[in-house]
Amino acid sequence: MTARTLSQGQRDTLLAMSMVLPAILYITLLLGIPIVLAVVYSLNDVTTGSPVMRYIGLENFIALLDTPDFMRAVGNTFLITISTLLGVLVLGTIQAELLVRPTRGKWLIRFLILLPWTAPASLSAIAWLWMLDSTFSPIDWVLRGLGLLGHPGALFGDFDNTFWLGRSGFALFSIILVNVWRLLPLGTVIILAGLNGVPRDILEQAEIDGAGYFRRLFHIVLPMLIPVFGVTILFTFVFVFTDIVTVFILTRGGPANATQVLPTLAFFTGVQGGSLGRGAATALFLLPVLAAVSILILALIRRREI
Amino acid sequence: MASLSIEHLSTTFDRGRVKAVDDVSLDMPDGEFLVLLGASGSGKSTLMRTIAGLERPSSGAIRIDGRLSNEDPPRKRNIAMVFQSYALYPNKTVAKNISFPLEAVRMPTAQIQEKVKWAATLFGIDELLHRKPRELSGGERQRVALARALVRTPSLFLMDEPLSNLDAKLRHSARREFKRLHEQTGITTLYVTHDQVEAMGLGQRIAILNKGQIQQIGTPHEIYHEPANTFVAQFMGSPPMNLIPDGDWLLGFHAEDAWLPEGETPAGQHALPMEIQQVERLGSDALIYGVLPASQTEVILKLPDRLAGGLAIGASRTFCVPDSQLQRFDLRTGLRARN
Repeated sequence: MTARTLSQGQRDTLLAMSMVLPAILYITLLLGIPIVLAVVYSLNDVTTGSPVMRYIGLENFIALLDTPDFMRAVGNTFLITISTLLGVLVLGTIQAELLVRPTRGKWLIRFLILLPWTAPASLSAIAWLWMLDSTFSPIDWVLRGLGLLGHPGALFGDFDNTFWLGRSGFALFSIILVNVWRLLPLGTVIILAGLNGVPRDILEQAEIDGAGYFRRLFHIVLPMLIPVFGVTILFTFVFVFTDIVTVFILTRGGPANATQVLPTLAFFTGVQGGSLGRGAATALFLLPVLAAVSILILALIRRREI
Repeated sequence: MASLSIEHLSTTFDRGRVKAVDDVSLDMPDGEFLVLLGASGSGKSTLMRTIAGLERPSSGAIRIDGRLSNEDPPRKRNIAMVFQSYALYPNKTVAKNISFPLEAVRMPTAQIQEKVKWAATLFGIDELLHRKPRELSGGERQRVALARALVRTPSLFLMDEPLSNLDAKLRHSARREFKRLHEQTGITTLYVTHDQVEAMGLGQRIAILNKGQIQQIGTPHEIYHEPANTFVAQFMGSPPMNLIPDGDWLLGFHAEDAWLPEGETPAGQHALPMEIQQVERLGSDALIYGVLPASQTEVILKLPDRLAGGLAIGASRTFCVPDSQLQRFDLRTGLRARN
């Protein structure tokens, strides 16, 4: 063998490296560098107004903890994420359980259920903006028609409109509602795949063993789906925790910062407010939480793998 | 414990286009061990699933202990079933698997524990109670499945090819265990298999199924020695029964009934002049493949190995079969003539 020819093993290594390279480049350029940059910014006093960076250690982080808006954003982020998660899990399970049955026109129902997922996030958020409009909201119109709004003693208040996005509690609820609506399709499809994966033998065995519908569901099916729920939780959590679109389009964090979440706060502080260092510190707060949640759930999935 | 009676049962799929079970009638007295034997696609599993309530019959009646059960959901039938895959609940321990049917009928906890212990001892799996199914071997899984099936004393015990996932050695001991179990518990048992050795060894009676219809029900002896028709004759035995044309009839005989006389064919024997094509020596026996020149029919004979030494390929020899061992089948209908 001459020095110029490569052995089979070397050629394989070369091929493998050249195939992985684009992915590595992609990750480094679009994820690695921004993260490193964010860490550097967060430890320095950087603003959009001046090219100078001054190292200030953890001051940005310490200052954040003293800011009520930041603490409120942390609280809101968790509240919105966990509520969305619960909504998606419960409704997704119900929806998947209904969809798994043989029905006529099943494909049409599945298609319709998937629609919210395929619509661009900003477009659908804008559609919701109209649904929740302070004057023209069709939801209000229905509520008025039902007599639940617009007269003294009505469940939703005696104004003619609910002002969904204008009152802090309703605004948070609206954001959670829209998030659930956006993520339910994905959750349903994941859980549906899990349900389809439960062997028919086992369900029939449970039926013969005398278990009724709910015993089968809660003692056999759902415990078997724990890894699938793990995946759903992970996807939903990461998605909602880092999502900026819904809040940005619906409320921009208002009224009076009542619906501010970490991504919007980071954007408003760092980009619009010009205080890059503070903004980076806000955004970085997402990182340990996401890492912890991901590790926890992946460990759970691996432990329960069957 | 209960009897099972099936009257003109049919189960169809695809809006009646596929008849998986076709007008089957069957009576099982209390305590019987009956084997449903058939090739794959013969409808035996569908028949069992219909009895269990997992498929809806399109016509006919299922009576468990005299009670019409057509409309009962599976859990109302007090049936136990062992699936081919054993269908153990993967998220539950062995103990929880076994106790599941008892929890479903809301038995008190103390009683459940006692029952689980009894079943575990019966199958020798006391040591495995805390394990998960994935940590068990094939044989252990099977015993857990049996323990779970028997723990609540079902009135009817259904088994769907429970041995087909085991290796040959385990299958042998499992067969003996099934037999012992049935003798101990006396539970009416319906056992589905495609393996005729299992069927012959286990069944008090065997029902042979083909294309959704029962071809014959009888004791293993009857099925083997008095097959009702040519299908049963050719389905049973290894090699299957030879069928040779004889006028309007088919003459049938088992491979091991043929022998090689020293000289002339003795009286009371049917002569088989045959051209030998192949000889397979299998240790204790030898299989002789040949053609009858008169009708160009292929036959397979079985001789003790020590007698097969002098048989050369291509040679013509005249074997014979005792007339008493010959069965006659109608050429058109395939039905056996009553002698």
